[in-house]
Amino acid sequence: MNDQTPTSVERATKLKGLGHSRKRVEDVRFTQGKGNYVDDIKMPGMLFGDFVRSPYAHARIRSINTEKAMALPGVVAVLTAKDLEPLGLHWMPTLAGDKQMVLADGKVLFQGQEVAFVIAEDRYINADAIELVEVDYEELPVLTDANKAMAPDAPVLREDLAGQTSGAHGKKKHHNHIFLWEIGDEAATDAVIAGADVVAEETVYYHRTHPCPLETCGCVASMDKVNGKLTLWGTFQAPHVVRTVASLLSGIEEHNIRVVSPDIGGGFGNKVGVYPGYVCSIVASIVTGRPVKWIEDRMDNLMATAFARDYWMKGKISATKDGKITGLHCHVTADHGAFDACADPTKFPAGFMSICTGSYDIPVAYLGVDGVYTNKAPGGVAYRCSFRVTEAAYFIERMVEVLAIKLNMDAAELRRINFIRKDQFPYQSALGWEYDSGDYHTAWDKALKAVDYDGLRKEQADRVAAFKRGETRTLLGIGLSHFTEIVGAGPVKNCDILGMGMFDSCEIRIHPTGSAIARLGTISQGQGHATTFAQILASEIGISADSITIEEGDTDTAPYGLGTYGSRSTPVAGAAAAMAGRKIRAKAQMIAAYLLEVHDGDLEWDVDRFVVKGAPEQFKTMTEIAYASYHQAIPGVEPGLEAVSYYDPPNMTYPFGAYICVMEIDVDTGTHKVRRFYALDDCGTRINPMIIEGQVHGGATEAYAIAMGQELAYDEIGNVKTGTLMDFFIPTSWETPSYETDFTETPSPHHPIGAKGVGESPNVGGVPAFSNAVHDAFRPFGLKQSHMPHDQWRIWTIAHDLGLHG
Amino acid sequence: MSKMHLKLTVNGKAEELLVEPRELLIHVLREKLNLTGPHIGCETSHCGACTVEMNGKSVKSCTVFAAQANGSDVTTIEGLSPLGEMNVLQRAFREHHGLQCGFCTPGMITRAHRLLQEIPNPTEEEVRFGMAGNLCRCTGYQNIVKSILAAASEMNAAKEAAE
Amino acid sequence: MIPSAFEYHRPTDVLTAVGLLNDHGDEARVLAGGHSLIPMMKLRMAAVSHLVDLQDIPELQIISVANGKVTIGAMVTQHAMINDAALAKAAPLVREAALQIADPQVRYCGTMGGNVANGDPANDMPGLMQCLDATLTLVGPKGTRTVKAREFYHAAFVTSREDDEILVSVSFDVPGGGHAYEKQKRKIGDYATAACAVLVGMNSGSCSSASISMTNLSDTPIWSKAAGDALIGTKCGPGDIEKAVAAALGDIDPTPDNRGPVAFKMHVAGIVIHRAITRAIVGA
Repeated sequence: MNDQTPTSVERATKLKGLGHSRKRVEDVRFTQGKGNYVDDIKMPGMLFGDFVRSPYAHARIRSINTEKAMALPGVVAVLTAKDLEPLGLHWMPTLAGDKQMVLADGKVLFQGQEVAFVIAEDRYINADAIELVEVDYEELPVLTDANKAMAPDAPVLREDLAGQTSGAHGKKKHHNHIFLWEIGDEAATDAVIAGADVVAEETVYYHRTHPCPLETCGCVASMDKVNGKLTLWGTFQAPHVVRTVASLLSGIEEHNIRVVSPDIGGGFGNKVGVYPGYVCSIVASIVTGRPVKWIEDRMDNLMATAFARDYWMKGKISATKDGKITGLHCHVTADHGAFDACADPTKFPAGFMSICTGSYDIPVAYLGVDGVYTNKAPGGVAYRCSFRVTEAAYFIERMVEVLAIKLNMDAAELRRINFIRKDQFPYQSALGWEYDSGDYHTAWDKALKAVDYDGLRKEQADRVAAFKRGETRTLLGIGLSHFTEIVGAGPVKNCDILGMGMFDSCEIRIHPTGSAIARLGTISQGQGHATTFAQILASEIGISADSITIEEGDTDTAPYGLGTYGSRSTPVAGAAAAMAGRKIRAKAQMIAAYLLEVHDGDLEWDVDRFVVKGAPEQFKTMTEIAYASYHQAIPGVEPGLEAVSYYDPPNMTYPFGAYICVMEIDVDTGTHKVRRFYALDDCGTRINPMIIEGQVHGGATEAYAIAMGQELAYDEIGNVKTGTLMDFFIPTSWETPSYETDFTETPSPHHPIGAKGVGESPNVGGVPAFSNAVHDAFRPFGLKQSHMPHDQWRIWTIAHDLGLHG
Repeated sequence: MSKMHLKLTVNGKAEELLVEPRELLIHVLREKLNLTGPHIGCETSHCGACTVEMNGKSVKSCTVFAAQANGSDVTTIEGLSPLGEMNVLQRAFREHHGLQCGFCTPGMITRAHRLLQEIPNPTEEEVRFGMAGNLCRCTGYQNIVKSILAAASEMNAAKEAAE
Repeated sequence: MIPSAFEYHRPTDVLTAVGLLNDHGDEARVLAGGHSLIPMMKLRMAAVSHLVDLQDIPELQIISVANGKVTIGAMVTQHAMINDAALAKAAPLVREAALQIADPQVRYCGTMGGNVANGDPANDMPGLMQCLDATLTLVGPKGTRTVKAREFYHAAFVTSREDDEILVSVSFDVPGGGHAYEKQKRKIGDYATAACAVLVGMNSGSCSSASISMTNLSDTPIWSKAAGDALIGTKCGPGDIEKAVAAALGDIDPTPDNRGPVAFKMHVAGIVIHRAITRAIVGA
């Protein structure tokens, strides 16, 4: 080595590996309008399919007359359940072990339900034809209140399940009951609570909302009858799962189905499920022999595909008189809509709601979840969330606040004395999880200090005094949230979807000149996988991230994987990438040893090369090794440099964070202003700080929307009241607050690079921070609980009910 | 209903098509002219993903009939970097992580382009107000605002240097 | 969301446009900026067989400020109103209100005429025109006539305009004194939960004129004579303002919707009116 040789640090910097705020490779296309989203796909002879949808939430269908629609020039076919029945496709299995109508079979169960599928030459003819399909409905009594679903006289929604006393998750108590999922020791919990110094009780409702990505769901199905191959392009967060389900449903062998997720315009959980539009498009393509495109419009999207939340959570939390939490009891009434189509791992019908003990050392706990049917759309997806973790975090972060009120304690201090301590990790929770790592006290103290928590409390007290003197009409709320996520589903031993284990995968091929391509089983929807996975690999194999192409989403080329949702890409596929990289390195080491004429063990890895121990001038770079691997005969070693890894994670990862929101609230108008939002995230090893920060901004904005106004609201006869973006709240740049981001770094002990995932944390932790700020502003006036969303009239109502309007 | 001859200039190029008057400008651009940069997001003129420039105005092309656009001069995102070279705004969006899924980005940048024509040296408040017709679900806007302010500075610096 | 088919017309003068409306009766609709009508057509909640686009009629595009009078053509966009220096000087209240309509893209398209003539109680310009005591000029087959904005609105989407008439312009005297347009909404792009336009003239410490109107708080815009009267002749002290607010609230009849229940809207209306009056007085 001479003085001209770059140092290890210089070479590492050039790789743009872990920890580098690498600019995104995707952006060159996206900023120039050269993305390729599903609605951009155009094929010769392509037809357009769309649905006749039910205007009613519950009705019997007396008849469907398609004659007039069929007579319209340009209409190719109109499919109804009767047409799908001979194929056995008028119903389809859901991801949650239930079944769902593809097209209305005798009745409709929610507004916007798919009744008939019109196939026409273009969208315009299609829209005209939809108006010409005549459906004769007989209205039935509507059930929209989950809390009334199991009343003895509640209408029977699912006549198809008549007489069934058990479902996919055990016994059914009522015709509208889906399952009761229980975990923890109820008797022991009840006993602790009965004997406790202090018990706080509250019902916490996490309202129904919707992921509403800017791009709706859609697909293009193309059945090539000559070679028997079906190609399906679509907005799929889990393309491999779609392929398997499509094969099982259609009977087409899996090798004859190619599923491609092109660029996806945001997912947030909306694009995990399998929807009637996909099935109908496939059938339509098979029937017509032509490609068929189906794209939802925004109202369809909000009405029919993938709501989130809708959990009524009744809690009891007990503590000693000095604030040590002793027990937690939670019962949930879960509104699943008309079909149980939750996208949860099979063994977890309420997802990971059992993370509801949060960041706290709670010795005993119980969770029971009753899932019920109502006349609302099916879904129950994880909206920027790992399977009901948002609900769990909101529940515990509200219960802790309610307990603080009961104890007359500062809510930050109450959290501090109940946090799981650093020395308790790995920590076994009362509801069965093994938290892998954490350092909550450090994060909490850093957060409180950053916002000058004590100063804020003093300001708040002064404000209350001024308010009482009539000098101001604005209150100050300090919203606290310390959340623990559970992401990276998950270990195949307990995590599967429809029997498909939730591993993920990565395949790497190093090219002879030292660049590479890697393919993974996940699919980016804006998270920047093409950028960050290359960074993981760069650090593992010593090839610059700029020289590594990342491909995802094409089932013909990518290795099988379970897709992108639940913040699982980094914990699972990211781990697979690292492990595949290590396999490359292991082979590279053998090749280097041969080339350097030393023993394998005499080499050590140094950023981008193997160096002979004690002789730094003797080395082989990865580029040299790659070339040799293809072009030099090496005894006992196969040519080429490729690896594949299927990674089955040993545990989930448990990212956590401390969020604090400072909010001004006008008690007279119900308006608010977020003065400050501080977000500290600990997502373990940080792969790309720029992208992490972007994820936090975006997730916190979703949290802001959900907490402060975003709602999928229904009237009493099941009409969707928030079906357009006029009423479904998505804040603009004007309303959206600014965020300060911060971090601590506690690597996951079991993940190959210590990363935990971050995409969903800000939604999970942000919602309680915003909501608690609203509650906190009114705490001095006696508010205990008020349901989200905290839009203007609801905040006004809080003030009004507390007598603050004089 | 009869079709009509539609003449427009799109990204500097004269186009002549036969359309139904009811066809929406966004569909004409995307499906007839294959300009798939502008996207369809909400269809009720709230999200701005379909934003294009028409006669020097930012418009939501999902709420403009093709017939209304007859005779106009339209610029889409594709027209902002015709040689495949990212322009100042496009580079700034990349540099400051002003995009994630990319779906709102063409409309966002097209709108920002017009905003900076009208207010070359905006404050953060002016950017936030001037961009409020474009929704983004991914970024929380913070880095979009940062990108636009950075682009403005760069453009102003270039202008000063030229003077 | 795809509209039904229609025939498209683009006349270049008002008389031809009126002729088209006359020929096609209630099957025809005038198209201005389109941002109310086109979404309704896309949702197939408005059926239109003949669409008469007014964009090529030059006389509808004019803003004139002369001899103490402001005239704004029906096709003048909100964007143009915001950026017209003479208008901003003569009637800053118009600019202030226009800035609070919808979002930038919509303001490039949305017009005075569309906003005023549609009869949507959620639109901002009708209330504003009532506050300014504007005169609306309509042209129909029988000629030109004028209607006061305060007499134009009868119910939601029901106005004095006949089906074959076109609103060509609004005009009003250059207002003096102080002004304010206060609007509470859920977000940019939303209609008002409550909005209020106020003009106040003060003469040696005493209120010489006051005009107060409200938006989206009844099925029409509401100009409250009683509210103005409550201020005129007073020193506009806190008690006087309270009386004006109470009078204004007595004239409205909001309905519940996603923005909130009636009690909330009444309360917010009171706050918004109060703030508008207070600010107008400060500027007077």
